[in-house]
Amino acid sequence: MAYELIAIGTSLGGLSALKTLLRSLPTAFPAALAIVQHRHKESDQGLSSFLQKFTVLPVHEVEDKERIQPGHVYFAPPDYHLLVEYGYFSLSVDEPVCYARPSIDVLLESASDVYNERVIGVLLTGANHDGVQGLLSLKARGGTAIVQAPDTAESPILPAAAIAAVDVDWVLPLADIAPRLIHLCAAAGV
Amino acid sequence: MGFGLNLCITLTPLTVARTTCAGSVGILKPDEVDIHLLIEGLYHRYGYDFRNYAKASLKRRIHSFLKAEQLSSVPELQAQMLRDRACADRLLLGLTVNTTAMFRDPSFYVAFRQQVVPLLRTYPFFRIWHAGCSTGQEVYSMAILLQEEGLYHRCRIYATDANDRVLQTARQGIYPYKQMQEYTQLYLKAGGRRTFSEYYTAHYNNAILRPFLRERIVFGEHNLVTDGSFNEFNVIICRNVLIYFNQTLQNQVHELFYNSLCKFGILGLGKQETIRFTKYETAYEDLAKAEKLYRRRN
Repeated sequence: MAYELIAIGTSLGGLSALKTLLRSLPTAFPAALAIVQHRHKESDQGLSSFLQKFTVLPVHEVEDKERIQPGHVYFAPPDYHLLVEYGYFSLSVDEPVCYARPSIDVLLESASDVYNERVIGVLLTGANHDGVQGLLSLKARGGTAIVQAPDTAESPILPAAAIAAVDVDWVLPLADIAPRLIHLCAAAGV
Repeated sequence: MGFGLNLCITLTPLTVARTTCAGSVGILKPDEVDIHLLIEGLYHRYGYDFRNYAKASLKRRIHSFLKAEQLSSVPELQAQMLRDRACADRLLLGLTVNTTAMFRDPSFYVAFRQQVVPLLRTYPFFRIWHAGCSTGQEVYSMAILLQEEGLYHRCRIYATDANDRVLQTARQGIYPYKQMQEYTQLYLKAGGRRTFSEYYTAHYNNAILRPFLRERIVFGEHNLVTDGSFNEFNVIICRNVLIYFNQTLQNQVHELFYNSLCKFGILGLGKQETIRFTKYETAYEDLAKAEKLYRRRN
């Protein structure tokens, strides 16, 4: 069973964590990556164009109904929730979840709702609890959960809350997450 | 409509979904069937058509409605909604999204001033359709912009929404005073040329927009899913509405917009919406790419 989608959520400290993670993924990475990074609602596309400098994979700020392609990196745009449908993304401006729009919970729940056990959910550094509910739903649907080891996180609140609430599969130092993703996607027979 | 025909209509979307999911799921999961039946029930019982809404966000809203109503399951909601009109009306409100603000996405208004206003100056009179106007903040923003450009007296703005309740708020033009601080910031970023407080009077906890802003606006009920074209427009603005529709319905609404725009008419979508993934991609050219302002080709 091949993984289709890696859904990543992060908040405070996420930028440098994502830099580390993305730069270690190779050109032929076989799954799509969807990322929610909390940020101000009026921020521009600076985040995705900045991170593009550190990865060989093409980086997009999602536009509504954009197709999900393996080996591409998709960012939730500021002030929109990012939702996964079968084969493409949808956006919404529904109320914030855990004070956040985009919300990590919304991404993880909708991703595992569609792709079930073919999703890997990853929570990195963050200072609130958005993402914990989503990771619970993802595990309930058979997905694989990875959380950054709190002592390697710029802000350990989110990783610690996730580890306390969810039966996570891997708790890893930041540097080991990309190699684990590569290994999981390869082992899954892609 | 006979019972037999109803049954046919009910079965068709199931068939479509099965085809779409081929190779992955095969057939619908039980909770997907529950939602499918709820949406069909809402349509057949009351005529509210959510059948071609984007599924993921619709599902989220149904589940938050369940929580608010303290119901335990979608079938329970379905049973209640079919027999209780008030419950159905609350559900209808719960399923529609009304996130808006004056001068939301200020850069859109900056681009509108720079790219669209010069074109509008060439017309002695022009019509704007604001489709899915919700509680009206973005319509009044446009009225303010046109007023400052000296064009307001030359236009008519048709502001429509499917939801009568939000239209009542839109018509009144009265908003909580505490929002004015945010709106003032957005107004300035949008290139506003005056003092924002000139456009409203404060009354207890409310800000009442100045009546002249309403003079050229016609508010009316129009459902993008079921209603047709009602005029020819120079500009159509429809922001963050189509994201709630699936691609079938988006194409249908884009057909309506295309047929309602005059030649070289302007279409304005939401910041993360695009004409790219629709059938009408080639029917428009970019006027301001980042702000999703398009111009209809001849």
